[in-house]
Formats: sequence, C-alpha cells, structure tokens
Amino acid sequence: MKKTASQPELPLARGREEKTAPRARGTDATGKKPKLKLVKRSQGTAEPAPALKLEPRKAESAAAAAAVPASLDAAAPAADAAPPGSPRRRATAESLAGKQREISVAEFFTKNRHLLGFDNPAKALLTTVKEAVDNSLDACEEAGILPELLVEITEINQERYRVAVQDNGPGIVAKQVPKIFAKLLYGSKFHRLRQSRGQQGIGISAAGMYGLLTTGKPIVITSRTGKGRPAHHFELVIDTQKNQPQIIVDTEVEWEGVDHGTRVEIELAATYKTGRRSLDEYLAETAIANPHARIFYQPPKGRPQQLFDRASDELPPEPKEIKPHPHGVELGALMETLKSTEARFLSSALQQEFSRVSVAVAEAICAAAGVDPHARPHKLTPSDVEKLHKAIPTIKILAPPTSSVVPIGEKLVHAGLAKEIKADYVVSCTRPPSVYRGNPFCIEVGLAYGGELVEAGEEDDDGEVVPGEKGNVAETPIRLLRLANRVPLLYQQSACAIFKAVTETRWKNYGLTQPRGSLPLGPMVLMVHMASVWVPFTSESKEAVAHYPQIIKEVKLALAECGRKLASHLRQLENRRHEAKRRSIFELYCGELVESLHKLTGREKKKLQKQLLELARKHTGEDEEGDEGVDDAVARDGARGGDDAEEEG
Amino acid sequence: MAKKTDARAEKVIKKLVGLGNEAVREVAAGENPSVEIPLRALSNINFNEKRQIIELGNAKQERYLFKVGMARKFMQTFLVASACKDLLEEGKTTSIRDLYYITKHTLGQSRANTFEEQDESDPIIEDLEVTIDSLREELNLHASNKGAAVGDLTIVDSGDVIDLRRMGSGGWSVPSIVEENVIQFRRGSKAKYVLLVEKDAVWRRLNEDRYWKKHECILVHGGGMVARGLRRFLYRLHHELDLPVYVVVDNDPWGLYIYSVVKQGSINLAYESVRMAIPKARFLGLSSFDREGFDLPPNVTIKLNDQDRRRGEQMLKYPWFEKKQWQKEIQQLLKAGVKLELEALSAKGISFISEKYLPQKIEAKQWLV
Repeated sequence: MKKTASQPELPLARGREEKTAPRARGTDATGKKPKLKLVKRSQGTAEPAPALKLEPRKAESAAAAAAVPASLDAAAPAADAAPPGSPRRRATAESLAGKQREISVAEFFTKNRHLLGFDNPAKALLTTVKEAVDNSLDACEEAGILPELLVEITEINQERYRVAVQDNGPGIVAKQVPKIFAKLLYGSKFHRLRQSRGQQGIGISAAGMYGLLTTGKPIVITSRTGKGRPAHHFELVIDTQKNQPQIIVDTEVEWEGVDHGTRVEIELAATYKTGRRSLDEYLAETAIANPHARIFYQPPKGRPQQLFDRASDELPPEPKEIKPHPHGVELGALMETLKSTEARFLSSALQQEFSRVSVAVAEAICAAAGVDPHARPHKLTPSDVEKLHKAIPTIKILAPPTSSVVPIGEKLVHAGLAKEIKADYVVSCTRPPSVYRGNPFCIEVGLAYGGELVEAGEEDDDGEVVPGEKGNVAETPIRLLRLANRVPLLYQQSACAIFKAVTETRWKNYGLTQPRGSLPLGPMVLMVHMASVWVPFTSESKEAVAHYPQIIKEVKLALAECGRKLASHLRQLENRRHEAKRRSIFELYCGELVESLHKLTGREKKKLQKQLLELARKHTGEDEEGDEGVDDAVARDGARGGDDAEEEG
Repeated sequence: MAKKTDARAEKVIKKLVGLGNEAVREVAAGENPSVEIPLRALSNINFNEKRQIIELGNAKQERYLFKVGMARKFMQTFLVASACKDLLEEGKTTSIRDLYYITKHTLGQSRANTFEEQDESDPIIEDLEVTIDSLREELNLHASNKGAAVGDLTIVDSGDVIDLRRMGSGGWSVPSIVEENVIQFRRGSKAKYVLLVEKDAVWRRLNEDRYWKKHECILVHGGGMVARGLRRFLYRLHHELDLPVYVVVDNDPWGLYIYSVVKQGSINLAYESVRMAIPKARFLGLSSFDREGFDLPPNVTIKLNDQDRRRGEQMLKYPWFEKKQWQKEIQQLLKAGVKLELEALSAKGISFISEKYLPQKIEAKQWLV
C-alpha cells in the first residue's frame, strides 16, 4: 500500500489552501515596504508574522481527544473581534496573518460532513455501511476471494445505532490498521488507475470520525490475515486537527471461526428507515450489482435476517492497473508527466507514460505538433508542450485497454436483476469500453419489466409502502438504479449524468409513456452501471456522476439497445393481448351465432359450434388490417343520415 | 286474412332460412362466413331521372364474421333474422323497439350485450330488409305511429271501419304498416287532394277550421320528418285514389328536405323509394317569395344559422333540385338569409292560413314540382 502525501489532490481542500497562501505572502510584502502605505501599527502587528504552517493548538492527550470529541464549533477558528485601538480598520494584514493557518483535512471534513454523505442521521447510517461494504468487497476481490459479508445493525436507542460489517477478505496487517481506519485520505486506491469501488481513501475513516463526533465511541477493528496468525483488535480515534490516528486499544484476541477477514464496528448517531434510499434498498441493489457476493444482513428492531445469495460463483476478472490514455489528458498533467519521466527522448516518454502509444503514434503526435521526437522531455518549453497537447486529439489512438475496466457483464447483469426482481422480462446490455478525459469506462444497462413490478406498491415520501392497485403502476415512474463500479448511488438522482441520459432518451419510441424531461412511466426497473478506473463524481460523497458528454452518449446508446428489445417485447405483449381479445370476441359471437343459425336452419348446435370455433382459431392467427370501420351498410351522409333516422320516429 | 298473411310469411321465412343455410354452408366449407348487403350510403345512391326518384345502386358490401369490426354486426344480423322468423311463424307483429328488447341479452359470460342501444338494432333491421329484399312490414315489424290524418275518406283498418270525417280534434293516428292487407280504402270519397303539413300545430289549426270539409281534401301531418308509414299512406292515396299531394312546410332547408323525401325518397331508405316516393308531389309553401307575396311583416323571420346555410348550399347541388324553379327558390332563401315558420302566417290573423293563404295558392296554382 502506498502512503498518500498529506496534501491531497482534493479539489476542495486544495482550493481552500490556494486562498490562504497568497494572502500570507501579501502580508510579508507589506511588512517589507512600510513606506508605501501609511499603516497604523496596532499591537497585533508587533508580533512577527506567523509561519505559514502553524499548529495553533497543541493536541491534547489522545484520550482527551477521544473522550471530548471536538464539536463542530469547537473546531472552528475563534470568532473575529475587531482589534482594539483601530477604529477605522477592522484588521490589518498583520493581524489577519495571525489568524491564517493550515487547515487539516480532518477538520475540514468535520465542518463539511455533508460532502462525505453524513448530512442527516438516516443517510449517515447508510453511508457508514456503504463505505465498509465497499472496502470489504474491494479487498475480497483484490485477494481473489469470493466475498461473504455480514452486515449487522444494532439499535442502541432510537437515535443511536451500532454498525458492524465483517468480511472474509485477506485481513489487514496490524501496522496499517490505524492509518487505514483513522486517517483521512490514506489508502491504496487514489494513486493508481485501476477500477475499484473506493477511490480516495476517505470513506471508512470519515465514518469512524462521524461516529466519534456523535457518540464519542471509537471505531473498533478486528482483523486476521490468515490461519495461524493472531487476530488483532483495535480501538481507534482520529485526531481531527492532525489527521492522525490515535490508538486506544491494541490487543491480540481469539477470533473463533474466522481464518481471515476484517470486522469494523462503528457506533453513530443515526436513524433506521425502510423504503427508498434506505439501507435495505442499498443492500438489495448491491446484491444485484455484485452477483458473485453473498451478503447476510441483520436489520435492527428485531427484523428477520436477510440473505442476498450469490447468483454466480465466478469472481469478476481482476481489473488491470493502467497508464493514462493520451486522449483527454490535461495540459498541466502532461507537463508534469514530461517533467518527471525517466525517458530520455520525447518519443519514448510518450510511449512509456501513456497507454496505447506506439512508436508510430508517438512520432505522429510529434510531427503534428512540430516538435522534435528526440527532444529531451524535461527541456521542452511550455509552448512546445502546449503544441503537443493540441496535437494529441488529432491523432487516432486505440481505445484504452479493455482489461482495465471490468463490467459486470451482460449475463450477470441479467442474473443479478432476475434474482432480486421477479419480473416478466429482463434484458441487459454491456457496451464496449469507451473513454472520457483519457479514462476508460464502460456502461451497462439492465432492464426488468412487468411481473411483480405490476403488482408492487408504491412508496410514499416517508418510505412507507403504499399498496398499489393493479393498473396504477403504468402511471408511476420507473425505478432507476444507478451504479458506479458496482456501488449503488442512492442520492442526488437528478444531478447525475445517468439520470440525464435516461430522461433525454425518447422512451415513447420504446413503448413507454414519458412526461417531458422526466423518467418514463411503467412497471420497470432500469439499472445503469458505469465501470471505470475513475468514476467522475460530482462530490466526495459519491452520489452523482458528472455530466461528461461521452458518458451520457454511451449511456444513451446502451439504453437504446435495451429499449429496442423492450419495445419488441411490449409489441409482442400487445399482439398477444390483441389476439386474445379478438379470439374472445369471436368466441363470444360464435356462441350467439350458433343459436341464431340453429333457429333459422335447424342445424345441430354442437357441430356448428365446433366448426365455428375451429374457424375462429384459424382466423385469429392472421392479421387482418383495416377491418375496422369499413363495415357500414348504413348511410354516412353527415347531416342527412341523421335526418333519415328521424324518419323512423 | 290469416291465410293471406301466411302465404306472404312463407315467402319471407324461406328467404331468411336461405340466408342461414348459406352461412352454414360456408362454415362447413371452412370459409369465413359472410352476408352480402346492398350498401346504403350516399355513394350508392342514384337519382333516376326518368322516374324522378332516388334509387339504391348496385354496390354491395360483404359482412364477414371473422373481421374484428364486423363480427358483432354479423352476429346481430342473424340474431334479428332468427327473431323475425319466430315472429312470422307465430303470426305476430311487433315494434322495432320491442324487437330490440326481444333480441337483447347478455353475451355468454361477458358483460357485453347483443345490443346496447336501439340505435344499434334499427340499422340491422334495415340491413336485413335490403339483404333479403323484403320490407320491414313483411318481416312483421313496425315502428311507432307517427302522424295523423283526417278528411273526406273512409278506410278499413284491421277490419275496423274508420270514417276519417269523424275523428274529432286528434285525427286518425297513422300506423307504420299501412299495406293493403291491413288498410283498405272505401269508395265514395269526395276528396280532391291530399294536403300534407309539416307540423301538428298547423294541422290542428286547419282541422279546427274544418278546412278539409270546406275544400274537400284529406289533411295529413307528419310531426316533422315524414315516417315511412305515412309516406306509404300518401303514396297509396296518390296512386289508388288518384289524388294530387300538396306539401306545406316551413320555409327553411329542413322543410325543403321533408318535401324532397316525400317527392323522391331518402338516402337511407332508397330501396323503398319505388313504393313510397311521389315525384308529382306539389310544393305549395312556404316559398321564399311568400314573404313579399303575402306582405308578411319582417319581424316574423328567423335568421339562418350556419347549418341551414350549409344545407342550402348542398341542396343546390342535388340532381333533383337542378330545375330552374328550385334553384331560384333555394337561392332566394339563402339570399334573404332568413327562414319563415308556418306559424308566421298567423301574424296576419289566426286563420289566415286556412282562409286566405292555402285557398289562394291552390287557386293560383302557385306550387312547384
């Protein structure tokens, strides 16, 4: 596992720091040129400008930090007060400088916990389980173990729950446990281009931090790396100011029945709900997207245990780590890459640092940019790099290796949907991999129509299931399941690129009604999965996929493919219904006709009936177009037809 | 009389059975059973110049059992046919409304009925009439009575002698079946013509004024559009007693249309024109020119509405209104843009119509043919 630098590439964190740095420099400048400005020096400025990186408060003892979790307000800087003796100016550069200091990532997220998915107690429960399950599944797959998970939710009281997630994964080396679970932005997944559920290394430590903040209870980890090795038991808290783990308990324990695996327990302020966007829903969707996983789920409040069994015994193929693809690489990244490369020539640098760049491709790029392929890469001028950057998109380059993206697969999408949803019709489609901003990705769509969905009830705002009347379902929107790297996305549906692609698809062409700009209506579950080495989320809480045109296009293509199949299925249904209706009409009328003909001609009823029904069956097989409306031996003469009717009195 | 009916009935029953046998044959042969029905639509109507009547053309339509849009009507056609056979065999007549109830029942286990409305069964009866070329009367079906008659004539109705001179204020209600086997005319009538007025109210006025007595005629009204019983009655009076028929209607397209039906028949019942139309029927009024001729006050007119106008324009194109006098009459109506009801004549005095208008017009032969 690589260790992450403390400066994260987190857009938010970085943005905040950039703001801080120039101001600090400005302070120095004014200090050196006092004559340029008449500055009334107040006592605050007498002190030397503080260093850029200052630890304003010495951390108290770890135990204290754990016992007295910093509340949100406590972590905030003290409220500004106007310096005395400076009535006109509220603060000077120097006084401001006194307050300028580094912000720890942990502090930042303590204040902005909604960014990580801890906006409210219901969501907090879901996010916590989600982070733990993501990690477990990732770990199992990386180690080549068929995942078997146990998710237990225990109610402590109405507002406090204990979450335990246990897996049969490879376990974690004891030395690493504290950092992984109690240090934000520490992980193995950020610095590589490889498809996995987790990306940044924030999730589980943030959950632990949230638990600590709301209940004061540490995060509890038990892990064993193999048979015969000891199981380690940790109780950890996170020092929010230093973003450092603090170990409260570290012991070796007996862990019966478990050869290898990890168990995480977090106690947190939460509420348990059912219905849409609930934990139950999340696990059900996870089961659909991970047909190779077996998940035991013990819900709270004495509800019965659920088993989401696996539909496949095959692990998904291991995703390959890849180099970035030249298409869509950003200028800054290109400069950085060329500067740090070990290659001696530009041409070989391009080949080494990027995927799918052959000698021919590298030379084509250089030729198009008018830059010497034998130039030393770190001696290139910025304008040369810019030329290269402009030239890259004009060169045809193979799509990134598909081995880097592992879709669920058409068959397993089908199996996953079929096992969790008892529908009449299931269809799936996996698109060939495509690229956005140099990142390969792959879109899959699964669609389940009819069956139990027709009878299913609808859920109201409180997540309560309202029994739906049959036939009503055609009026309710379909259920859209969004998944990214096999992780269900439950929130911020309308902000998501997948949602956009679904609503922009013309479902009317596929036999569904669709209000303008909305999801189509009907008894249908639609699942859209995006697999990618890097899923572009709109926020750290991983709830919505960003609107990249290439992604939207791919989703639409996949939807169209499934849509066409759905349309033909619906047509078949319609034909069958029409057929049945026609047959029943004929059979109904035939019975009547037999009576009349018997009265008229005295023929035997039974024989007539038999002959007529045979004819009916024969004739309902054919499609007789335009046979409606032609039949009228009566005058159709507008007003005059009406006149004549009156003639009869 | 009973024997005579039987002979007629036998013939019709034979035709009905024939219709059934054909269907049974087709079913046995594995064909889609069908009935061939002459088409009763404007497209299949011809105006016979020589006879001056509207006739049904030769176009026919096949009605199949195994076509979604036709199956119901096919079933209904045979349902009505078998019900009519029952009627004929029992020697009973019934109203078309009654037949609707006789044949209406629920279909099998469904919630659908053989007929939902009488509007559905009436056209089927007409279809059957044209298909087996037998009139409704011959199928022992009748419509409700419509119209009344009074005047210098004695008739026999179902064996009862009825003196139309002694019918009080209500007159003799004209039944829908007035065939010879039901109604016969007695000799000794002094009537010189038949006067058909559109409305019951005007007829009452004339009856109260004893117009028919003073002018020796038969006074008839149709209560709006003339029903086919009344048309047949007029036809028989016209031909058997050799009486001219005068028609007095409102001065509007609707009135003209009533006259037109009496004269050359209607589209829907074109197949009956031969035995109902009176090409020599005389249009006495109200004419578009009567307003000036009789100096009627302008405030008794009603403006033509859009539908009136459309109808008027249509009529100008009918072949039976091609003659110059008709074109003038209709064009004048459209040009004036107003219509005139018969009652408007009362503006000149309550008995103006019986004392002045009608005698004067007949005297002056101011009628159109």
